[in-house]
Amino acid sequence: MQFLRESFIVFRRQLRMNLRNPAWVLIGLMQPILYLFLFGPLLKPMAEQLGVQNTWTFFVPGMLVQLGMFGAFFAGFGLISEWRDGVIEAERVTPASRTALLMGRLWRDLLQLLVQALVLVGLGYWVGMDAPLGGVVLGVLLTLLVGGACAAASNALALTTKSEDVMAPVINVVMMPVLLLSGILLPMTIGPDWLQRTSDFMPFRWITDGVRGSFLGDFGANGVMWGSVWAVVLFAIALWWGTATFRKENA
Amino acid sequence: MIHARGLVQTFQTREGRKKGEVRAVDGVDLDVAEGEVVGFLGPNGAGKTTTLRMLTTLLRPTAGTATVAGFDVVKESEQVRRSIGYVSQSGATGQFARAGDEVVDHGMLYGMSAADARRRGQELFGQLDLEGLWGRQPKTMSGGQRRRLDIVMGLIHEPTLVFLDEPTTGLDPQARANLWTHIADLRKRRGATVFLTTHYLDEADALSDRIIIIDHGKIIAADTSDNLKAQVSGDLVDLEVADPDLVAEAAKRLDSIAETDSDGRDAVEIDGNHVRARVQRAGKAVPGLLADLRAADIDLESIEVLRPTLDDVFLTLTGRSLRDAESSAPADPTSKEK
Ligand SMILES: Nc1ncnc2c1ncn2[C@@H]1O[C@H](COP(=O)(O)OP(=O)(O)O)[C@@H](O)[C@H]1O
Ligand SMILES: [Mg+2]
Repeated sequence: MQFLRESFIVFRRQLRMNLRNPAWVLIGLMQPILYLFLFGPLLKPMAEQLGVQNTWTFFVPGMLVQLGMFGAFFAGFGLISEWRDGVIEAERVTPASRTALLMGRLWRDLLQLLVQALVLVGLGYWVGMDAPLGGVVLGVLLTLLVGGACAAASNALALTTKSEDVMAPVINVVMMPVLLLSGILLPMTIGPDWLQRTSDFMPFRWITDGVRGSFLGDFGANGVMWGSVWAVVLFAIALWWGTATFRKENA
Repeated sequence: MIHARGLVQTFQTREGRKKGEVRAVDGVDLDVAEGEVVGFLGPNGAGKTTTLRMLTTLLRPTAGTATVAGFDVVKESEQVRRSIGYVSQSGATGQFARAGDEVVDHGMLYGMSAADARRRGQELFGQLDLEGLWGRQPKTMSGGQRRRLDIVMGLIHEPTLVFLDEPTTGLDPQARANLWTHIADLRKRRGATVFLTTHYLDEADALSDRIIIIDHGKIIAADTSDNLKAQVSGDLVDLEVADPDLVAEAAKRLDSIAETDSDGRDAVEIDGNHVRARVQRAGKAVPGLLADLRAADIDLESIEVLRPTLDDVFLTLTGRSLRDAESSAPADPTSKEK
């Protein structure tokens, strides 16, 4: 109870500051729209090669996961400037739970992601995506878990490095393989064998497959199960890491 | 209120591939009684902030123990946090937030209701001359206003023990003087115990009942300002001799009333036309000296008698002046100061 209250105080503060910045709101809303209308036409011809029945049902899940990961990876940058202002230290000197200090920020990131996901899915339906509602709900849920994991990890990284200059290259190094090996926009199955084997070690690939599977209504498939397992595992690990950095005496 | 024994903090540092260890705080013992205002004085890099961060539970001591407001800083950190207010060196509010929102949220993290936090916050805005700034962004405030806002944040939950880290650093003299009255008010008005760090001598002198001096992570003295100054033997007498040829002669006369230092060496210092020495109870000895000089036909351009300062105390204890220590202090790579 107290934990939720403290998380909410932190969340409300974050949201208030973000909403006061029109650029943040605008860019956040434009992102899914741009994905759909700029990427979509590029991907359409690919769909025929892949033998996909409905282009949108196939590509919207990938865009969703990408949206979730990308936005969240950058969540930590805001934290560095908060740390510089002394805000983190001021919060850590209160009796509030360390996890709540992180959780409130994650809620903000998740809310942002949820709104973006709803815009993307809504637009997807509008242009002709054909996915069962239950599958979409599960897909969005998995995306939120991944996004939450990435945001928590990004926050942890931010508090560890405390410098944009150190953090930016690290994120780039991490993002590269994640992006290439996750089959976010194109499924790994069209790649050569060795690339597929490599991507087996990439948890994000399983999650992307899981979201795609659930959009197809394919709940029985291995993909959905493994995707869900990985999403939960990653979220738990990242949350633990993030809390540890907020708790850590040196932050 | 504060009892610390053998506090140590070591930081791992890395310069390229070379790993090192900084002993930022090196065996600090502290005792602060309830209702005291204590100045924690030392040059930059002495370990003041690090000590404070251990006492406020932000940093776990590498070794040693401390109880603050009756609770152990490691085992009962939550109760410690509830009992203390902390005004950090680097501020406490987001630049782009609104001052009032920050204060209310901060109070709520201490478990206050929104209404209580707002009422108390507005009361403190009044007391600290921040009326009309409730809706302002900290980045648009003056340095002094921002510092007072930090103090409001630290007092929102009515702590009985307040830690202030370099409260007036970077402020202009007027804003400093203004802030001093507010800090003095902390005890007058609410009977709070105040522990403040500073590297300004005048600040420690003006505000504290007792001064604890730290250098290189070690406590080198702890006493009232007057007692500390009394450790320095005598007042400084500075004669400016009119005729350069008579400087040596004047030095001899001054030597007759001067202290000899502990090694029994001659303590008179000659610097161009100036002759200086420490003299016990100079007010009483100087008239005799002047008569002596006149009798020898030695004319003076000027004479100055200086009471010992805390800088003299620091000089006596460490062999260097606090101002020199300041400029030779290693640059702090993790400094958050702007
Ligand atoms: N996080 C840290 N990592 C490494 N060294 C540190 C860290 N914090 C402080 N130091 C070092 O510890 C010493 C004491 O610093 P500090 O307590 O900030 O001094 P003060 O507040 O008296 O100016 C300095 O040499 C500083 O460089
Ligand atoms: Mg300091």
